[in-house]
Amino acid sequence: MNIRSLITFIFTGIILMVVQVLFLKNLAVFGVAMGFLYLMFILDLSINSNKINLLLIAFFLGLLIDIFYDTIGMHAAAATLVAFVRPYWLKAISPTGGYDESNRPDLHEMGLSWYISYSFPLFFIYSFLFFTIDQWGTGGLLGVLYKSLFSTIFSMLLAILVQVLFFKRRRRI
Amino acid sequence: MLRILQFLYSLRAFLLFLLLELVAIWLIVSNNSPQGAAFFNSSNAVFGSVLKTQSDISDFLDLAEANEELLRQNAELLARLEVVEINRDSTDNQPLDSNFVAEHEFKSARVIAQTLRYAQNHLTLDKGKSHGVKPGMGVFNHSGIVGRVKTVSENYSVAISVLNTGLLISSKIKPSGVYGSINWDGQNTTEVKMLYIPRHVEAQAGDTVVTSGYNAIFPEGIAVGVIKKVEQGSNQNYLDIVVELSTDFSKINYVYLVENNQIEERDTLNQEAEIVNEY
Repeated sequence: MNIRSLITFIFTGIILMVVQVLFLKNLAVFGVAMGFLYLMFILDLSINSNKINLLLIAFFLGLLIDIFYDTIGMHAAAATLVAFVRPYWLKAISPTGGYDESNRPDLHEMGLSWYISYSFPLFFIYSFLFFTIDQWGTGGLLGVLYKSLFSTIFSMLLAILVQVLFFKRRRRI
Repeated sequence: MLRILQFLYSLRAFLLFLLLELVAIWLIVSNNSPQGAAFFNSSNAVFGSVLKTQSDISDFLDLAEANEELLRQNAELLARLEVVEINRDSTDNQPLDSNFVAEHEFKSARVIAQTLRYAQNHLTLDKGKSHGVKPGMGVFNHSGIVGRVKTVSENYSVAISVLNTGLLISSKIKPSGVYGSINWDGQNTTEVKMLYIPRHVEAQAGDTVVTSGYNAIFPEGIAVGVIKKVEQGSNQNYLDIVVELSTDFSKINYVYLVENNQIEERDTLNQEAEIVNEY
């Protein structure tokens, strides 16, 4: 990773956090769908990134979100689970012939249909764990499933939209 | 031995995952009790200032409405003052009898961040230790109760919202004077449940519910809401009562904080009598 892509990488992370904390925090579409856009940052990290780094990045990113949301530990737990599942899921849905070296699993590299099948389960795992912890003890699996499903769809749409609008298609060499 | 270490090393990602999840669960659990002090939250100086800037901007757009509301309240208070105020003369300068010492002290604050969509909702206020805010103070606004202060930092504080399944508030049905507890069930943000009202009590839809003043957080008589539904529920001893909140939680900008000056005295008395007060 050269210095330029490192700066872009950090900058992207900061922007996503700001959007998450300042805008998406107060937004719930139809009262059920919440956007977890910042998770896109973890999903789009390069395919062969170190598992340990992935877990640590996810945990601290989640914790940072938690502090703003006053839900300490909940986002962190969910994001860590996603970071743990991600490598296995990537292996499970690898295209024939495997991934290109240093590929990133984002929309422009892999195409829309692949991206949906990649991100939907991960967003769902995230939302499901998050709402399960949140509604713990109040009983109501149906409510949790309902909220998770719509939050997943909403988050995924946001992630796709952001990538289509703001991420440049990288030049192929 | 080397084998074991190699085995553990090959599992390092999984072990780290377990460790991080355990830390997260520990944070959730230790933060979840309504009394417990929180480690990190939005009352922290850095995070508080970010949220305050955001709220500064969005509140600016609501200024006209806020002004109108304040004017209305002022007029109401002036009208009330008219009744109480007596002409002072020289005999009034004596120190007041302890019966007349104000039991409650009021402060104002602005809500700079708030959650609504979870089972455990919180509010962040822009006043903290340096303004005299203490954990345990009651929070309410002109239309009714809002919550209770949980933690304070130097300049900010975090309050548990009434819309938090962990908070119970002692309250009473106004016409009959029967006491119960208000608790949110995590479903609808405009409704709370009223617990521990015995079956023989005649409560009906439309009755007003106010705070009872029993748990010394709120003074007596602050509005909670209006009874919406009374049912003979599944519980053999108690009624199922749904109360519609008078506070609109989607529109809270300015709140009042109330502190009971005699809470220590009451607590010591309770301790001597070996009564354990839940909150």
